[in-house]
Amino acid sequence: MAEPLLQVRDLTTRFRTDGGIVTAVDSVSFDVAAGETVAIVGESGSGKSVTALSILRLIPNPPGKIERGEVIFDGVDLLKLDDVGIRAIRGDKIAMIFQEPMSSLNPALTIGKQIGEPINLHRKAPWTVAIDKAKELLGRVRIPDAAARVGAWPHQFSGGMRQRAMIAMALACQPKLIVADEPTTALDVTVQAQILDLLKSQAREAGSALILITHDLGVVARYADRVVVMYGGRIVETAPARILYKFPRHPYTQGLMASIPRLDGDTRQRLVPIEGQPPNLAQLPLGCAFAARCRMATQRCHDERPPLEAVGENHLKACFLDARADAHA
Amino acid sequence: MPDATTPASDDILRVEDLKVHFPVMQGVVIQKQVATVKAVDGISFTLKRGETLGLVGESGCGKSTTGLAVLRMLPPTEGRIVFEGEDIAGHDEERMRGIRKRMQMVYQDPYGSLNPRMRVRDIVGEPLEVHGLGDDRRALRERVSALIAMVGLLPDMADRYPHEFSGGQRQRIGIARAMALEPSLIICDEAVSALDVSIQAQVVNLFMELQQRLGLTYIFIAHDLAVVRHISDRIAVMYLGKIVEIATRDELYRDPLHPYTQALLAAIPIPDPELEATRPQQIISGEVPSALRPPPGCRFHPRCPHAMDVCKTTEPPLKGRPGGRAVACHLHP
Repeated sequence: MAEPLLQVRDLTTRFRTDGGIVTAVDSVSFDVAAGETVAIVGESGSGKSVTALSILRLIPNPPGKIERGEVIFDGVDLLKLDDVGIRAIRGDKIAMIFQEPMSSLNPALTIGKQIGEPINLHRKAPWTVAIDKAKELLGRVRIPDAAARVGAWPHQFSGGMRQRAMIAMALACQPKLIVADEPTTALDVTVQAQILDLLKSQAREAGSALILITHDLGVVARYADRVVVMYGGRIVETAPARILYKFPRHPYTQGLMASIPRLDGDTRQRLVPIEGQPPNLAQLPLGCAFAARCRMATQRCHDERPPLEAVGENHLKACFLDARADAHA
Repeated sequence: MPDATTPASDDILRVEDLKVHFPVMQGVVIQKQVATVKAVDGISFTLKRGETLGLVGESGCGKSTTGLAVLRMLPPTEGRIVFEGEDIAGHDEERMRGIRKRMQMVYQDPYGSLNPRMRVRDIVGEPLEVHGLGDDRRALRERVSALIAMVGLLPDMADRYPHEFSGGQRQRIGIARAMALEPSLIICDEAVSALDVSIQAQVVNLFMELQQRLGLTYIFIAHDLAVVRHISDRIAVMYLGKIVEIATRDELYRDPLHPYTQALLAAIPIPDPELEATRPQQIISGEVPSALRPPPGCRFHPRCPHAMDVCKTTEPPLKGRPGGRAVACHLHP
């Protein structure tokens, strides 16, 4: 098998806060193959967004710091690059799409300039060429009347159109990897579907791999090839999407699946919530971060941290228990 | 509590042709009205005692405005709001005071809706004091403790401040406060939307348990159709200030009639990769237009895959069908 496009190894990112040192991402390792869509799913505080920001070295320091690990992209460890080196990669080989398109677009630059900027910067194309390319990209993300809209300002765009413009910007240099952090959380459901479909189809066309950060298990099911489930800053389970939904092996993944109401679910059934509250990241337990909420936890789960181990092909879980019986029931 | 003024019918709320319009003003010194936002533009529905009505739609559809108008926290421009047999649409503040005891709201943001300087005990007890029910301090204390226990919080949490709680626990505090005056109608405005999924299920279950125990009636406003389906008996779908379809839960999800309802349901992914792979993808184009300039005719026609000529000129009325279902669409005359 070819080398994966991205290899994240033992990534650990901490933040200094008033409440103490917070380990937002704790020894996280995973791969992304070329052209693959990997979803990182988790609830607030699970570390999914900080993982994405760490890959691109976008952690504000202080208060944050990438403590250790490797992010090997295309054979190069991004964590060892200097500022010039990482800037040459951002927006070129790796592009990022954020949740809030209004705050990630510059209000004082026209849409065309912002989309053309990476082409001008990374490809050294003159501005006339970059703007022409921006027009073409706006058309590709299906903004009507793209030639005229290239001179528009961000405030003249609706939320959905801004996110389309962000996608156009991300596609500008045909990146090998697009990292999208909750790209549609701020949008209405019908627009969410449009944007995710567009993102997925454009990534496929450009041959780009996609890391999709989301809390929505429906979105994961529709768009992801593989899933990384995070809890308390750690990966608790990872598997191909079909396997994960059919045979979740970690009690947290199983709990998540049982707690979401489904459009096609049985309405008379009571939802099965995960009892308790998410962990305090400043005081993570010695053992499994989920142990305090886990119905099956033993003393060992509280004392010892379970390693991420293979339970099947491309399927890993970090749990001492054999929760298989439940999954197959 | 039902009393002599309760009509024979078991409708707790009847909203008739409700309109909530906002003027758009321009000018610095001399203000002139330049336009009108018709946030809610003539909607009607009824609510039976003990029932849950889901109110769904995308931003700008008027679902939250409807909730606020029913509570009279926004003035209705036109229409009737008949609550427990009494039309409250024209009531002044004085007369609304007594009514508000019986209708309460639970808000979306459990961070912004709790006073950070008040202890949980005082937040939950405040409605009782405001309504003059707090004079017997011991009784007040007991009542507050009972409310705190009812929503699944621990007794020692009463003396803590909101910042010490997680989102789900804060929402429980908000629910305890809403329950303090023993209301009959509770309007939940995106009450579980900001919560993580594992916590959301806890709060949804709490709403349903309280309803069973106390016979509450809910208007459950949300954009998440899966949650709404789980909790509601009937559902009204809104688009740009209008109800486009209203039906029982099972009818609406099994056989949505309005193209907008169909589009909304199709847009929501189901957490099952195998099912998603085979599910027909019918994603509608466009976005919700500005409520300042709603399209003529059917407001959904620019995005509707089935739009006909008549849809561009004539607004379809919400037509009742057998079984209490209603739809506003020329395809279903």
